[in-house]
Amino acid sequence: MTQAQAFFNEMFDAGGVRGPYQQLQSWVDDMPAELRSLKQAEAEALFRRIGITFAVYGEGGDPERLMPFDMFPRVFAQDEWRRLERGIIQRAKALNAFLADVYARGEIVRAGLVPRDLVYRNEAFEPAVVGFTPPRGVFSHIVGIDLVRTGPNDFHVLEDNCRTPSGVSYMLENREIMMRLFPGLFRENRIAPVDGYSEELRRTLASVAPPKCDGEPTVVILTPGAYNSAYYEHSFLADLMGVELVEGQDLFVEGEFVWMRTTRGPQRVDVIYRRIDDAFIDPLCFRPDSMLGVPGLMDAYRSGGVTLASAPGAGVADDKAIYCFVPEMIRFYLGEEPLLQNVQTWQCARSEDLKYVLDHLPELVVKEVHGSGGYGMLVGPKSTREAREAFRARILADPGNYIAQPTLALSACPTFVNEGVAPRHVDLRPYCLVGDRVTLVPGGLTRVAMTEGSLVVNSSQGGGVKDTWVLSE
Amino acid sequence: MLSRTAANLYWMGRYMERAETAARLLQVGERMSLIPSTGAGHRSEWVPLLQANGSFQTFEAKYRDPVQRNVESFMFFDHDNPGSVAACIAAARENGRIVRTALTSQVWDALNTAFQELKALERTERSELPLTRLTDWTLRNTALVRGSIAATQLRNDGHDFLNIGYLLERADNTARLMDVKYFVLLPRVDFVGSGLDNYQWTTLLRALSAHRAFHWAYGGEVTASKIAHFLILNRQSPRSLLTSVQGVNDHLNRLSHGYGRAGRPQATVRKLLGELAELRIDEVFDEGLHEFLTRFIHEIAELGDAIFDAYLSGDAR
Amino acid sequence: MILTVHHRTRYTYDRAMRGVVQTQRLTPSRFDGQSVQAWDIAVTCDDGARMVPGGSFRDGAGDLVQSCSIVGPVTEVVVTVSGTVETVDLTGVLRGHRERIPPEAYLRPTSATAADVSVADLARQATDGVPESDGLARAHRLSEAVQAAIAYRPGVTRAHTTGAEALALGEGVCQDHAHALIAAARCVGLPGRYVSGYLQATENGTPHEAAHAWAELWVAGLGWVGFDASNGVCPDDRYIRTGSGRDAREAAPIRGIARGPGTEALDVTVAVGQAQQ
Repeated sequence: MTQAQAFFNEMFDAGGVRGPYQQLQSWVDDMPAELRSLKQAEAEALFRRIGITFAVYGEGGDPERLMPFDMFPRVFAQDEWRRLERGIIQRAKALNAFLADVYARGEIVRAGLVPRDLVYRNEAFEPAVVGFTPPRGVFSHIVGIDLVRTGPNDFHVLEDNCRTPSGVSYMLENREIMMRLFPGLFRENRIAPVDGYSEELRRTLASVAPPKCDGEPTVVILTPGAYNSAYYEHSFLADLMGVELVEGQDLFVEGEFVWMRTTRGPQRVDVIYRRIDDAFIDPLCFRPDSMLGVPGLMDAYRSGGVTLASAPGAGVADDKAIYCFVPEMIRFYLGEEPLLQNVQTWQCARSEDLKYVLDHLPELVVKEVHGSGGYGMLVGPKSTREAREAFRARILADPGNYIAQPTLALSACPTFVNEGVAPRHVDLRPYCLVGDRVTLVPGGLTRVAMTEGSLVVNSSQGGGVKDTWVLSE
Repeated sequence: MLSRTAANLYWMGRYMERAETAARLLQVGERMSLIPSTGAGHRSEWVPLLQANGSFQTFEAKYRDPVQRNVESFMFFDHDNPGSVAACIAAARENGRIVRTALTSQVWDALNTAFQELKALERTERSELPLTRLTDWTLRNTALVRGSIAATQLRNDGHDFLNIGYLLERADNTARLMDVKYFVLLPRVDFVGSGLDNYQWTTLLRALSAHRAFHWAYGGEVTASKIAHFLILNRQSPRSLLTSVQGVNDHLNRLSHGYGRAGRPQATVRKLLGELAELRIDEVFDEGLHEFLTRFIHEIAELGDAIFDAYLSGDAR
Repeated sequence: MILTVHHRTRYTYDRAMRGVVQTQRLTPSRFDGQSVQAWDIAVTCDDGARMVPGGSFRDGAGDLVQSCSIVGPVTEVVVTVSGTVETVDLTGVLRGHRERIPPEAYLRPTSATAADVSVADLARQATDGVPESDGLARAHRLSEAVQAAIAYRPGVTRAHTTGAEALALGEGVCQDHAHALIAAARCVGLPGRYVSGYLQATENGTPHEAAHAWAELWVAGLGWVGFDASNGVCPDDRYIRTGSGRDAREAAPIRGIARGPGTEALDVTVAVGQAQQ
């Protein structure tokens, strides 16, 4: 495991075991194979029993498949985390400032720093919220930032998620499971807790209650329903926060407000953490065929009767073409230098970039601007000639729909595999909460590519998850 | 509580009770098939069970032959049969999954474990699954779920809706089982004491897991009116119509106290309860047992409608 | 000119509905071409039902949006609009209108305004030879081309007919003209949008549809300019502008959803007249 490698190994460097992983060396050395498989089986049974499963879009198969869980934790030292935290909070603030700006006067566009068309012709730009200022000016209340590490001090942002980033339930459940499986580890290491997340989320949502709300705000989570792949997460968060989990059919608009149907009669709702896409939230404003939404919701929202988190149209800040301009946003709105780096990105919409991309397909990762979940992407170094040629045709047919990035040497973290322990590539998604204040729990979701050498960590592509530790000393 | 949540809890209760009824019927069927009958041979003993369950026609259309293996398939495994154990447990679990936040982890665990084990049973070779294993498994798991509810659920409105589901389903099931067998309970002198009669009564009592309890409660000679009394009016009998309706009444009263208002459900159940409480068993026979049971099933359905309108539809003001 | 409007929309349901929610764009826009002297919107329903006024706000396009809900059981909802507006002929230019949505946002198609090959051909041919710098001339050419390509004929198209479909049919009403014009304008890079409002009938001409719709195209230097391809003119003082959007659905004077088992029947009467001075 200690041989020289072309990527950063989270646990080992030239000097041996890196600081944050000291305790884990003996833990893994002392663990007999039988105990390991016993624990792995126990973990699986626990996940199965609590029902944490996910469905993979478009793949059919078992909708109650388990996400592979790897017991080897991913560890950050306190000082590493502090640096990351500052960078993440800085980015979440800038993204919200950008949203508040482009739905108002668009100063950053007027200043010529972001191209007009990229913003206003963006399919995620929502004319229905132009001129509307949501409570506290916050558009994206939960910002998920996908990060990869390429060296001891090198973190890159892969993408931002300003709409409704999912996966936080895994962060919380992975920790619960680890604490049940290996209580000793938690006694020996001072690991910062993550279970304050749900209360902080509830508090954040309550802090953006609409102007017409008097008294303690009623917060709900709006889900597309039990057949959605993230339903487990929706119900899990509702439960932890002690709020109702509602579907569109449970809500109705009457007068200036939104109400939920309860056994006691109508009850007013002030803040809706909606986990359904913009297009579906109100058939009177968006897709008329939506069965998931609430007719009249957008009118209630825009006249200050209810708050939606995130705001419709928040997605304009997180598409992969806008991404290139986030460092500019940080300088423009905050007057600061970005603490986290972007990955160099070629935009196929630009002819010189397009040429470069087509000439260097074998070494690049090409993604759809609006794609997610690891779909519609080409990983150059892992691709066949035929796949590249097919992708070349797709890029040429619609260059504006594609961006490309160099293939990053993602860091690897020790991971339990059949043969023992081996490095596997990981990324990190922390969840930043934005309300009356901007907060981040010490941790996040570490996704791991379970296949040797693979760089695709998406759950839909066979990726797994790990517990993520931040040491508190 | 959300009306939809209340509806899911209510249906979870109903489906669990229905699964239990299906298993009890299978249990009785197997016992009866072990005893030589006076009539048309072993096979036909399964037919009345399917009739009791109201599913004989569906069964016949799909399986034709009422042999044990087919009946087992139909009443335990068949997801096309909405009254099968598998279909009911899957439906109960789906209702529970949607409202997981309203269940304690113990209740969810019991319900989900039942579902996961059911899937394992469905993958198991049938030759390794004697009927007793299937019925014992069902009764153990339904008891586990109900026990977890009793032991861990908050006594809040969700608990009331869960129990109303259980109790309404039970009242309905008991009445339907009696209705199928009502002719046996008609006090016709010539049959009293005959082997057939005793046998059929026993069947009925067994289907309701009540034949021992019956002897404890009444002793002496088994008569039609004692059995009818036991199943309709006995407050000690856990499955009697009166016990079930009393339970629904109690839970509806809790709801009206908690919500500070009463409505049609409370009025409907109070009327039904009042009638049952004053009823004497000979009056039932005077009205006609079948007529009485038909009317009762109808009234239970009306009570269900009133509960839907007031609490589950979400349209009440 | 001083115009009076009486506009009544009556929804009836063959079975009682549990509730109705509406969002309305029924108030004249604020710009130099029109000023409201009196304007009243009344929503009534049958006795058993209750009307609850909802939120009201001015959206990013400058339209006043008013919502309302009706708590059932309801079998009839009547929306009555009446008022007087003083208008000035600005030859279609939407001068003095306050709005926030950038014109580029109108370059994204909706299903009703998506262009097909025929629309693109029409747009290209119409603007052939007209320099890109002369946006106004290009806009006029487009409007004329759409008027020539789609004959005014009620009854052949329906509410969900797209601009491209109407062009293929060669017939349609004001909604179709506006959709086709918006689609064509986008093909040559001109932002376009749908406008709904009222039009006063005159004795000599045959203007179509008192409850009317037309398109606005963005002309650099001038801003939004109205084009009524149905009548071959730019909106003048006979027009009252109320709502806008990327297509007819977004700009609709009333959008509503009723919940319940019944089916809806709609009856609309509109009268626009010139007040005696």
